[in-house]
Amino acid sequence: MHKRFVAIGFPFLVTDWMARRDAKLKDEPFILYAPERGRMVIKASSKAAHSKGIFPGMVVADCRAIFPDMTVLEYPAGKAEELLEALALWCIRFTPVSAVDLPDGIVLNCSGCTHLWQGEQSYVAHILTRLENFGYHVRAAMSDTVASAWAVSRYGKNQTIVPPGEQLSALLHLPAEALRLEHTATEKLEKLGLNKIGQFANLPRTALRKRFGVELLHRLDQVSGFEIEPVQPVQPPKQYLERLTCLEPISTAKGIEIGLERLLNTLCERLASEGKGLRTATLRCHRVDGDVQEISVGTNLPSRSASHLMKLFELKTNQLQPDLGFELFELEANTVEPLAFDQTAMWIETNTADTSAVAELLDKIISKRGAKVIHRYLPAEHYWPERSYQLAPSLSTKKEIEWRTDQPRPIHLLSIPHVIEVTVPLPDYPPMLFFYKGQRHQIKKADGPERVEQEWWLQQGEFRDYYCVEDEEGKRYWLFRSGHIDGGNSRWYIHGFFA
Amino acid sequence: MKRSSKQAIVQELRTRILAMQGINKPGNGSRSIGLGDIEKAFPGSVFPKNAIHEFTSHEPESAAATSGFLSCLLHSMTNRKGFCLWVSSRRVIFPPALKLLGIDPECVIFVDLQNDKDVLWAIEEGLRCSALIAVVGELRELTFAQSRRLQLTIEESQVSGFIHRVLPKSENATVCAARWKISPLPGMIEPGLPGIGFPKWRVELAKVKNGKPGSWELAWTPKGFEHFSKKTSETDNNPNTAQYA
Repeated sequence: MHKRFVAIGFPFLVTDWMARRDAKLKDEPFILYAPERGRMVIKASSKAAHSKGIFPGMVVADCRAIFPDMTVLEYPAGKAEELLEALALWCIRFTPVSAVDLPDGIVLNCSGCTHLWQGEQSYVAHILTRLENFGYHVRAAMSDTVASAWAVSRYGKNQTIVPPGEQLSALLHLPAEALRLEHTATEKLEKLGLNKIGQFANLPRTALRKRFGVELLHRLDQVSGFEIEPVQPVQPPKQYLERLTCLEPISTAKGIEIGLERLLNTLCERLASEGKGLRTATLRCHRVDGDVQEISVGTNLPSRSASHLMKLFELKTNQLQPDLGFELFELEANTVEPLAFDQTAMWIETNTADTSAVAELLDKIISKRGAKVIHRYLPAEHYWPERSYQLAPSLSTKKEIEWRTDQPRPIHLLSIPHVIEVTVPLPDYPPMLFFYKGQRHQIKKADGPERVEQEWWLQQGEFRDYYCVEDEEGKRYWLFRSGHIDGGNSRWYIHGFFA
Repeated sequence: MKRSSKQAIVQELRTRILAMQGINKPGNGSRSIGLGDIEKAFPGSVFPKNAIHEFTSHEPESAAATSGFLSCLLHSMTNRKGFCLWVSSRRVIFPPALKLLGIDPECVIFVDLQNDKDVLWAIEEGLRCSALIAVVGELRELTFAQSRRLQLTIEESQVSGFIHRVLPKSENATVCAARWKISPLPGMIEPGLPGIGFPKWRVELAKVKNGKPGSWELAWTPKGFEHFSKKTSETDNNPNTAQYA
């Protein structure tokens, strides 16, 4: 889309604001001062004072000497920024992208907005009229680039619209100051008699850079649009937001469902066209009495399946309290991630359709009982049994090492080993019998020991000697002795059950 | 002549009734899954994959044996790679051991919930997801109505469902295709060799829908299930004297 910008300048921003608050000051010459380096310096002068030749930057004492009865007021610090911010927010009615342009202006990105005001001319005129009605002195211009709009709005004579493509030619007769250059650069240009932009705009670039620095070239490029000037909007655009207004307040579950379904369908269509999927989404319901309720869902993998998201929301819609009914639904995708198109399935080993179906199932469980309930394990490089596996961060993570199969491991492992009483015929032999939960187990077959040492960099303690034993009924257990048998503090534990 | 045609009619009627019950739908493939004689206990000598199987165990040792048997069963039942859901409220499974019993631990998604109600909900949701190979649910009680609900879900999605009831209060009636009881037997090993050998179990089918209950002995080796006829197993059962490694 062709970009168009409006630059709005407020030459008497703070004084106009004071005049709005105090009718007596209207059309009166008055100045605002602030202390600076031990002097009282004029920070702003009203239009009437300005026409008498009082400019910001002069010293208050000089002004008093010329006009002894001039009204002198204190300058409210930080007011200009505050006002511009408020005005930029107010300007969102004209375009969603409105930015503060310090020290005295606003920039609107009005691409694709002007047709709503019957054309560019009436769009700018409308903005000017509205702002002038507030009591501000305003100048504005529209152009293809921020820089040229700024220049024309500040230095142009009765021109508000720069036609598309003429952003540089419109500036040719403007003074060099219109380029927002450093003071030293403009001085140098003036010294050389280059007063108008047109006099140097077409000079060789190398010569310009040598004499006036790279800054001038940057500014010229910004005017012509070769370099993009970023605009920081006051309200960052909500990227994936869908709204649904209702004629009648909706209070039934079915009604909410239908509304949600519509929102999801439009949102998912948009996500699909951009190749994205959402990870978290929030539904905000505005009730007729002003109450706002919201429910959120999250997914394991980026998703843009309306039916799946609907299922996730369905688990939570009972939290909503419609009372008299909702009049506005807003669905926002808070986190959006790129989601590959289905064609990429060819290159993945496991079936993507299956994985995404499983991910959808897990999303459902997580949205009901939290992410903590889902566990998938991968091997970890540890011999210590409790540390020999680790949680997999996601469904698609692949194991980096193989599972160990060289030693027997029990299918059931007690989370805390249980102390048992044993009878051992000889040191370092498996027990002959042991008591567990009051029951005596006579050992018929045994295997071991398998020594597992402590990983001292993780935990201090005794090593374990593991034995696989089988009692006379064929029940198989995993026992271990903690510590050396001569150590005196060695104990026997049961740690698991074999299949 | 007349008699054989009658038998054929009865046979056809049987398969039709079974299909109506949702146990063995025609065209589901009657591939043997390596259970040998045990498969003959099921109607039509086909292990019903798309049905609820109930396993009960009354002590931790047999619970471990059941978990192990389930793992082996999952391995031999399918050659498809995919995920399997393991839902429980008191999980004791040690994931690395699953590899020794045939299935890849990273293909198992454990869902650990607080109570049986949530476990049942998760099992049902899992059974709805036809991308899964199987759903294993560990819980204590299963009422007739609950089991019926799970069976109806399976009939739509064709996922295998295994319910492992640990320490149930009573063995009440359920609509499960089979009720299994797995108990450990002394490991399979050549006499005189040290060690405890390959795991071996007594597999008991306490109840089979339209089938013949029975009891078998089965061992698991890395190659698959190994079967024992009744006689040899009895002699094998005699415990030898203690052998130390």
